[in-house]
Amino acid sequence: MADAKLNPFKLSCPVPRVADDRIVLAHGGGGRLTHQLIEKIFLPAFSNDMLAQRHDGAVVPVNGSRLAFTTDSFVVRPLIFPGGNIGDLAVNGTVNDLAMCGARPLYLSAGFILEEGLEMETLRTVVTSMQQAAAKANVKLVTGDTKVVDKGKGDGIFVNTSGIGVIESNMKMPIGPASVQPGDAVIVSGDLGRHGIAILSVREGLEFESPILSDCANVWPAVEALMNAGIEIHCLRDLTRGGLATTLNEIATDGNVCIKLQEALIPVDEVVQGACEILGLDPLYVANEGRFAVFVPEEQAQAALGIMKRIKVSQGSTRVGKVEASPGCTVLLQSRIGGNRVVDMLSGEQLPRIC
Amino acid sequence: MKFLSEYRDPKAAEQLAAAIRKKVTRPWTIMEICGGQTHTIVKSGLEDLLPKQIALVHGPGCPVCVTPIQLIDKAVAIAKRPDAIFCSFGDMLRVPGSAKSLFDAKAEGADVRIVYSPLDAVKLARANPQKQVVFFAVGFETTAPANAMAVWQADHDGIENFSMLVSHVLVPPAMEALLSSEQCVVQGFLAAGHVCTVMGFEEYFPIAERYKVPIVVTGFEPLDLLEGIYMTVSQLEEGRHEVENQYTRAVRREGNRPAQTTISEVFEISPRQWRGLGEIPASGFQLRGRFQKYDANRRFPFSGEPAKESPECISGLILQGLKKPHQCPAFAVKCTPENPLGAPMVSSEGACAAYYHYGRRQTQSVQTELSGPASR
Repeated sequence: MADAKLNPFKLSCPVPRVADDRIVLAHGGGGRLTHQLIEKIFLPAFSNDMLAQRHDGAVVPVNGSRLAFTTDSFVVRPLIFPGGNIGDLAVNGTVNDLAMCGARPLYLSAGFILEEGLEMETLRTVVTSMQQAAAKANVKLVTGDTKVVDKGKGDGIFVNTSGIGVIESNMKMPIGPASVQPGDAVIVSGDLGRHGIAILSVREGLEFESPILSDCANVWPAVEALMNAGIEIHCLRDLTRGGLATTLNEIATDGNVCIKLQEALIPVDEVVQGACEILGLDPLYVANEGRFAVFVPEEQAQAALGIMKRIKVSQGSTRVGKVEASPGCTVLLQSRIGGNRVVDMLSGEQLPRIC
Repeated sequence: MKFLSEYRDPKAAEQLAAAIRKKVTRPWTIMEICGGQTHTIVKSGLEDLLPKQIALVHGPGCPVCVTPIQLIDKAVAIAKRPDAIFCSFGDMLRVPGSAKSLFDAKAEGADVRIVYSPLDAVKLARANPQKQVVFFAVGFETTAPANAMAVWQADHDGIENFSMLVSHVLVPPAMEALLSSEQCVVQGFLAAGHVCTVMGFEEYFPIAERYKVPIVVTGFEPLDLLEGIYMTVSQLEEGRHEVENQYTRAVRREGNRPAQTTISEVFEISPRQWRGLGEIPASGFQLRGRFQKYDANRRFPFSGEPAKESPECISGLILQGLKKPHQCPAFAVKCTPENPLGAPMVSSEGACAAYYHYGRRQTQSVQTELSGPASR
């Protein structure tokens, strides 16, 4: 390298790291490594037309009706956190995945992996929350399974829930990234980052003047209201792992569109923003458990916003951006000061910075 | 958010940008020292507001980026000891050593923990007397007081199973090293505000004088940076080379004296290896005197092979501001945050990672020119 030879400094550059030969935590972070895992390991093995839609759940035709089917596993530390616990998280998470298919959630299964030594009282608390969340969402938990593993081989409780829902409406286009059109408005259903920061605050022993509660909630009422009002929903996606930024990147990539955001419009609570500033995190990448993004035609955007604001779970709905045709597969953001940048997918885990 | 949104105000930003445009009559190259500043510049798209004549180059002030590869190999070796709990700030975990990162070591069973304060590592040592708790003390002058305090605390409480792998670097010697290079393109500096919060800015007067270069102590919010750029450009246009302080709400000329006292009680100045820049004399801290017994370097002898170098990564040129990240043929093609060839692609403060995450669109044409279509 000619430049290096001229240079008075001794240049030292690292050698490339060896190919990943083990699972690292970031493979479960919802960002680019998770996608690589899906693309390189899972999709080649299980490839089929329904999986290829790459939505939060699969929509399967059964005797003339359309059912949505989804599954999700829940591993969270601590098990009980401000605003919820692993129980309501496990119910709402799967209910929301069904809602994102435009399906009315009906039936759930629950698989528990319990660690030897877990306090029975903790399990009772979690199960009670599941029961309450299921009742609230009007779903029945109809089958289940329990396994116990040796102490040290689990983290108290792991829960898997699967869910079945039914699609009742007849949309012109299926709900999913492929239906997203240039000109669509992008609406988020409330302020961002509460769940991730609530978990982190307990994990790291951080205290705030006003405690941050998880946003964990069932979002079906908002989706149902939109559908009942005849809003033509092009795409729905909950903003869980990897946050808004990762979700929108998935949609931009799968739908080959450009999503343009206005930073000043993105709702983030002041306390959450403050926590993110202290921890060096970007709220666009922080997980939510009761928020979703919805893509609707521009001419229906105002009506959709009005409907969502009347429903409790989505009363903080805000329009944050729009869809354009190009550059495809890209999320762009205009910053508060008027500069432009790319919003990338979460790469690895979001890590606190040094200073 | 109070004390934050004021510094991101679009109207004030446009006013400052207009003032800069009015002031500029010819091209100037300005280096922001600190990775935190680079992060803000790229994240807020601040360069869109500047006139074309102003080129910002990104300096070596990312602690993750300049930590030598040998030290990361050493950290990995210590972390893999069965009796060790290895503690680090988050973004060090992803930096590749010559074969592994601390994240890889964690995946292989090493007890590697992210802490928010070095004092948390001291607490861990107190709670786990049968374990060796090692803290990876990385950073510039900004993190030195807290790290010094952790060693002081361990010493005060007689916690002997605590030690520190020290990789502390100092800003002024790096600036001098850059300025003394014949290839130096930098005509003005935005000095790192938080470093100066601790150290003050008296050290910069001789540098400004010797190299005839304006140095403006600058903060980290978009308006801070625009104002710092305005002050630097004003000096350049007017032929001045002074040390000025933009970040007056946090920085005093003499800095934080109690913090400096703690630093000098625990640390002494030493030569340091900088990843990408090589060894710079008197450019770092090491533990001094009676505190040397807390030096993980001494406690855990390590005989690793010297790390081999890759010809592809041009991080050295990038850290000196001689190249921009997207001018590297490997950028976003062979070198990505998932498979970094060099440390600047790892940390969120690294210039390459900042370009990758926030500016890929603007750089795609350049990549294509240099190395064919981008792979993603």
